[in-house]
Amino acid sequence: MISIKEYIAPKSIEEAYNLLVSNKGCTLIGGGAFLRMGAKSISLAIDLSKAGLSYVEEKEETFEIGAMTTFGDIERHKGLNKVFNNLLARSVGDIVGVQLRNLVTVGGTVYSRYGFSDPITALLVLETDVKLYKQGIIPLRDFLIKGSKERDILEAIIIKKTGRIASFQSMRNSKGDYAILNLALSMKDGSYSIAVGARPNRGILATKTMDFLKGKELSKEVLTEATDIIAEEIIFGSNTRGSEAYRRQICKVLLKRALEEVKGYDNKSED
Amino acid sequence: MTIKVKINGVTKSFEIQPDDFLIDVLRSNGYLAVKQGCDTGTCGVCTIHLDGKAVLSCVVLAAKADGCEITTIEGVQSEAERIGNYLISEGVDQCGYCSSGTIMSILYLERCIKEPTDEEILHYLNGNLCRCTGYSGQLRAIKRYMEAKKNERG
Ligand SMILES: Cc1cc2nc3c(=O)[nH]c(=O)nc-3n(C[C@H](O)[C@H](O)[C@H](O)COP(=O)(O)OP(=O)(O)OC[C@H]3O[C@@H](n4cnc5c(N)ncnc54)[C@H](O)[C@@H]3O)c2cc1C
Ligand code: FES
Ligand code: FES
Repeated sequence: MISIKEYIAPKSIEEAYNLLVSNKGCTLIGGGAFLRMGAKSISLAIDLSKAGLSYVEEKEETFEIGAMTTFGDIERHKGLNKVFNNLLARSVGDIVGVQLRNLVTVGGTVYSRYGFSDPITALLVLETDVKLYKQGIIPLRDFLIKGSKERDILEAIIIKKTGRIASFQSMRNSKGDYAILNLALSMKDGSYSIAVGARPNRGILATKTMDFLKGKELSKEVLTEATDIIAEEIIFGSNTRGSEAYRRQICKVLLKRALEEVKGYDNKSED
Repeated sequence: MTIKVKINGVTKSFEIQPDDFLIDVLRSNGYLAVKQGCDTGTCGVCTIHLDGKAVLSCVVLAAKADGCEITTIEGVQSEAERIGNYLISEGVDQCGYCSSGTIMSILYLERCIKEPTDEEILHYLNGNLCRCTGYSGQLRAIKRYMEAKKNERG
C-alpha cells in the first residue's frame, strides 16, 4: 500500500515542475493506478489533475494529447477514431475495463516506459514526439531508449497526421489481462513500420523486417519470409505469462494478421 | 485535509488523509453499496461515477475527488432497481456482490451509447467480473433493458 505524507494539486505545469525540482522525496501522480499497486512511501504527492493537461488538440498536421488525457478519452475521441484505422483506441481497448481506462493517463504510461505497455507499441509505429516540460520535444523512439536525462514532467505527446494505415494485434490469456505479446504495424506507400512490445521487455521496432517488406507485394511467400525474419530479429524473454519460445511463435502469427489486415485496407483504397 | 464533493446531488465535506482511497472514504461515510473486492483495480465492484465517468473508486485517491461530483448506486436507486430486476429475471443476480458495480457500468454505457451492439455491451462490461453467473445471462438482461428504454423513447 502506498503512503503519502502531503498532497498538492498544482494549478499549472510550471507550479508542478517547481515543486518537483525543489522537493527530493516527491512523486508525480497521473491517474495514480500504477502507483496504487505498489508500496511507495511518498513525502509529497504532486497530482497533475488540476494542471490543465487533460486535452486532445487536433491541429492541421498533428494531434497533441495532454499528459493527463485518459485512455478512455482517447478511445472516445472522434478525431483520433478516424485516423490510423483507430489504432490508438484499439491499442488500449483491452486494458482491464472502461472504468480503469477512465483513470489511467498517457503521461504516466509513456514517461514510465513500461515493457508490458500496449499503447507505447502503437505510438512507436506512428511519428510520435514526447513533449517534456524542461527538456522540450524528443522523438518517442529516442525517449524510449534513453529515458529522461533529468527529473521532468511529460506535458504531452504529439502525433503527426501521416495518413498511414495501421493495425494493432495482441495475444492475451483473457480480455483485460496483460498482453503476452503485442504488435503494431503501420504502412504508407509500401513503407512499413512494425513494433513489438510486451516481449516482455519494452516495445522495439523490427527494423530488419521493415527493410525486407519495403515496396514488396504481400504475396504468401513474402508473408512467410517476413514472419521468419521478425521471429529471428526480435529478442524475446520468458515470464509467468509466456516463454520465450512461445512468444517467438506468437509474434509470427501477430505479424501475419497485421499484414493481412493492412493489405485488406490497401486493396480497398485502390478499388 | 478536507475535500468538498457533491455526492448524489448533496454537497458534503469529508476529512481525509492524503493517502486515503475514495472507496474507503465513501464506505466509512455510509455509502456501503459501493463494494470492495480486489482493491487493486481489476474486479469492478467498486465502480462509481466521478464527474459523470465510470471509475474504480479503489484506484482513485480521495484527494483527487476534491471539487468533483460523485454518484454512487445509492444516488440512482430507481434505475438500479429496474436494471436489477432484469438481471434477476435472467438468473444472473446470485450472491449479488458484483451487481452494484455492474449496474453503475450499465448506466455509464447507456449514457455513452444509446443503442449499443452486443460487442459494445461486452466492451463496456469487460471490467466487471462476476464469479457466480455466466456473462451471457448478463448480456441478455442488458439487451432487454436497453430495448425497453429504446421503446420508451419511441
Ligand atoms: C490493474 C492494472 C492493469 C493494467 N493492465 C495494463 C495492460 O494490460 N496494458 C497496458 O498497456 N497497461 C496496463 N496497465 C497500466 C496502465 O495502462 C497505465 O500505463 C499505468 O497505470 C500508468 O498510468 P497512471 O496514469 O496510472 O500513472 P501513475 O500511477 O499516476 O504514475 C506512474 C508513474 O509515472 C509517473 N508520472 C505520472 N504522470 C507523469 C507525467 N505526466 N510526467 C512524468 N511522470 C509521470 C509517476 O510519478 C509514476 O512514477 C494496467 C494498470 C493497472 C493498474
Ligand atoms: S475493488 Fe476496485 S476494482 Fe476491485
Ligand atoms: S452474482 Fe455473485 S459475483 Fe456476480
